[in-house]
Amino acid sequence: MKKIKQVHGNAIPLNRADVDTDQIIPKQFLKRIERTGYGEFAFFDWRKDDDFVTNLPQYQSAPIMLAQQNFGCGSSREHAVWALEDMGVEAVIAPSFGDIFRNNCSKVGLLTIQLDQDDVDYLMSRAEELPEGEIVINLESQTVTTGSDWSRQFEVDEYVKHRLLNGLDDIGITLENEQNISLFEELRSGLFPSTDQDGQDNLKIN
Amino acid sequence: MVQPQTIVDKIWEQHIVHAEKGKPDLLYIDLHLVHEVTSPQAFEGLRISNRSVRRPNLTLATVDHNVPTTDRTLPNPDPLSTQQIEVLRANCKEFDIPLWDIFDLRQGIVHIISPEHGLTQPGMTIVCGDSHTSTHGAFGALAFGIGTSEVEHVLATQSLPQSRPKKMSIEVTGELGIGVTAKDVILAIIRHTGVDGGVGYVIEYRGDVIRKFSMEERMTVCNMTIEGGARAGLIAPDETTFDYLLGKEFSPSGSDWEQQIKNWKELVSDEGAMFDKSIVLDGNSIAPHVTWGTTPAQSVPISDVVPNPDEATTTASRETAARALKYMGLEAGTPITDISVDRVFIGSCTNGRIEDLRKAANIIEGQKVASSVSAMIVPGSGKVKQQAENEGLDAIFKDAGFEWREPGCSMCLGMNPDILLPKERCASTSNRNFEGRQGAGGRTHLVSPEMAAAAAIAGNFVDVREII
Repeated sequence: MKKIKQVHGNAIPLNRADVDTDQIIPKQFLKRIERTGYGEFAFFDWRKDDDFVTNLPQYQSAPIMLAQQNFGCGSSREHAVWALEDMGVEAVIAPSFGDIFRNNCSKVGLLTIQLDQDDVDYLMSRAEELPEGEIVINLESQTVTTGSDWSRQFEVDEYVKHRLLNGLDDIGITLENEQNISLFEELRSGLFPSTDQDGQDNLKIN
Repeated sequence: MVQPQTIVDKIWEQHIVHAEKGKPDLLYIDLHLVHEVTSPQAFEGLRISNRSVRRPNLTLATVDHNVPTTDRTLPNPDPLSTQQIEVLRANCKEFDIPLWDIFDLRQGIVHIISPEHGLTQPGMTIVCGDSHTSTHGAFGALAFGIGTSEVEHVLATQSLPQSRPKKMSIEVTGELGIGVTAKDVILAIIRHTGVDGGVGYVIEYRGDVIRKFSMEERMTVCNMTIEGGARAGLIAPDETTFDYLLGKEFSPSGSDWEQQIKNWKELVSDEGAMFDKSIVLDGNSIAPHVTWGTTPAQSVPISDVVPNPDEATTTASRETAARALKYMGLEAGTPITDISVDRVFIGSCTNGRIEDLRKAANIIEGQKVASSVSAMIVPGSGKVKQQAENEGLDAIFKDAGFEWREPGCSMCLGMNPDILLPKERCASTSNRNFEGRQGAGGRTHLVSPEMAAAAAIAGNFVDVREII
């Protein structure tokens, strides 16, 4: 995973609440077995409307997306994160996020910045009125800034921050605990099921 | 004195592999369910990093999301779906993972097959690259959906770093009226909490209504936990749980069974255990629900009318409701019973179990599907299908004019050919009424199997309480 210290640039004002991951990447694109190339299918149905915000020329290649509450709710599909990443989005700012989506973002390396509703509303109007208006997100100092006059702190899980700043591989970190996993397995109850037990009703339909 | 604990904390602490201040706890995973859609990139990641699957025998794979529900001896017309299924087969072979494949009687929706074979048991940690993994919480397991990066993580390490969640108690008191189901209870809960009320929480469902529920009904409730924003919801195991598990293929037997019963009986929230939030709902006041909008929280009792967006409390919810009505092609003030449907879908991990089919058959028996309606039943698994056929339910459905299909996720998410056409209106027993979920432009109304069955016969929504 690449290191992230700062994201800066203009923002796409997606002024909708409860944007679910089905909207971010509809199911027909989940049949692909690759991890890349989802950007052109992001918001596929909404993009059929020429006036949809991601179609507007002033927001092309903006690295930040602004959205309303509960962004990324619904399906666990990580394809939603890959789609945003592939369309050039490096950070999403919203009043709240779907749990699984937010977690997926932290694994892929896409920042999810939670700000108060009033602050999101301010940034949303600003991005609508001033499409080129730059926002600077600094992960180290945990700040969102729009120039000299407006700045807000945001919360971030310390561990996620550490991983993102250093571009650390989560699995690699866990495998440093391999001994603990082995020890746990030795002490673990043998009464839980294993999937390789001989089945009694492994009938085949033919 | 030992601090009183919630069931969530008990299961959590029994699974901590490693804890360190400032880091999430590393939790051991007892069961990892895998399907064709969210796993290919995870296996590819393993290959790139030259890693293996740590515990293939705590992993089970099946194909469910994109399989056709029509005759499977015929070639699959969709090359991308075919490829995804073949990739799963190859991955399971390469990494030695048990696969309940398309011609295996045990094939079906992951969240149906694991419980029905006794793989889902109290006190376990269970994950799957699917948000409806919360279903397994019905057994008093801590079960939640994960993304593909985490699928790879669990494949490689059989563990997952997790921050301890907040705990919410949702108690449903009293008694449900006739014709009111587990589906109506969870829709009423989500209507109350909103679609993001559960974010950051694990929910424990409690109260008399929950206690009286069968395992199938408990699974319906836990299944839709994610629709209220919480990743996991669970119900403390009791005699209903133990009765369900007794004699199942993967259930413990003999002295192991006796020992596990003792362990499982400890899996309750202690008297005085602290919850971060508590909600109490009166079961007596819950009516059959129908969603009118494009989130599962946008529902009303069947006797109600489509709400007026202008009556919403905030600007944002007014806009969201107005947008939803436009998408759904509905006018505010329309009685729900005046809404006619084009399609009926009975199935999914929410309502595709044998008990759901029995309840639907009970409404349908001796009747005919309205001529304006196209209706289908998709059993949740091969075993559900077989059981239904043994009981003659398939004949009831077919005689009434329903299509009787092969098991899979089907029209719940429309990854296979089972989709709505634009503007088609569907009474569906599934879990999501998102825009385009069942097909681009399709209009989904979430209901119970009984309500879906009644709508198929009448051609419009009817209050099921008036016909049973």
